[in-house]
Amino acid sequence: MLNCIIVDDETAARTIVSHLCSQVDELNVIDEFPNAMQAIKFLNKNEIDLIFLDIHMPDFTGFDFIDSLKNPPKIVLTTSDRDFAIEAFEYDCIVDYLVKPITLPRFLKAMQKVENFKSPVEQKTALPQEAKQEEASEKEMYVNIDRRLIKIEFDKIFLVEAKGDYVLIKTEGKNYTVHSTLKKIEEKLPDSLFLKIHRSYIINIKKIVDIEDNSVLIARDVIPISRSNRPELMKRLNLL
Amino acid sequence: MEQPNLNYIKELSGGDAGFEKKLIGVVQTELPQEIAEYEGNMNDSAFAKAAENVHKIKHKLGIVGLEKGYELAIAYEDELKEGKSTLKEEFDSILTAVIHFIKDL
Repeated sequence: MLNCIIVDDETAARTIVSHLCSQVDELNVIDEFPNAMQAIKFLNKNEIDLIFLDIHMPDFTGFDFIDSLKNPPKIVLTTSDRDFAIEAFEYDCIVDYLVKPITLPRFLKAMQKVENFKSPVEQKTALPQEAKQEEASEKEMYVNIDRRLIKIEFDKIFLVEAKGDYVLIKTEGKNYTVHSTLKKIEEKLPDSLFLKIHRSYIINIKKIVDIEDNSVLIARDVIPISRSNRPELMKRLNLL
Repeated sequence: MEQPNLNYIKELSGGDAGFEKKLIGVVQTELPQEIAEYEGNMNDSAFAKAAENVHKIKHKLGIVGLEKGYELAIAYEDELKEGKSTLKEEFDSILTAVIHFIKDL
């Protein structure tokens, strides 16, 4: 049984999703919320398996809502916007993207995906060793820039810098500004190559030119090392 | 002109008359409020806010089976965001038809 909630500012939308949920034995709708803030308060006290979430809500969008959750459960987006699909699938917790008005066959298809989907937390605990190695050996990631997915190879990255709501990815060929957080990028980068050395910087340790006092030289950039991250950096270096 | 209908609601309900009544009741309550807000914003030339209203109304057009109306609402929402309203007349005539339709249910 999956305990779920519905978050949507439209009563008609909540009525429809609730009815669709009633058609699936495995779904148990615990509550419905007309805005994200009420849902956040609920989630602070209750554990939920699945959220049906509208993107387009006043004040606090569905994406803001997901960003505010520490360990988001599985999420199915329900929206009248067709334009956010690429952005949506940048989130590991998003299982499917349903465009309103939602039909029963499409809803059932989404529920099939929910059944087969493992949340990021489940993936970390359930991943067999072999798969973990495979994951570690991934060589690139894709970033969304102006609605295009651009491939960036990990070994070409010098560093990643936080810039407010964006991150700047500096690579051998080009620099990319991406709407994301350092935390999200950090999750994508392999630990074997990358290390966060400051709250605003993740570096590729293979690209270090030299280290002096509390800074590291990567290509032409001098990057500060925070006191708390320095021991881990020193541990990772092949010191004589 | 495309006519509003109950095809989507009937298909969704699977014969559950209680649900049909409930959803129609919600649309009868919610849609006039959204239209009133939209009209107020258009009167004030608050196009960005009107685009938000059209966004919500768009879903209701889908619920009453207006596929072309839904597509028109998408285009209208986009142009309102850009401060234009060339599709207003066409969109408003759809709203009039829908209001008549839901009143008679």
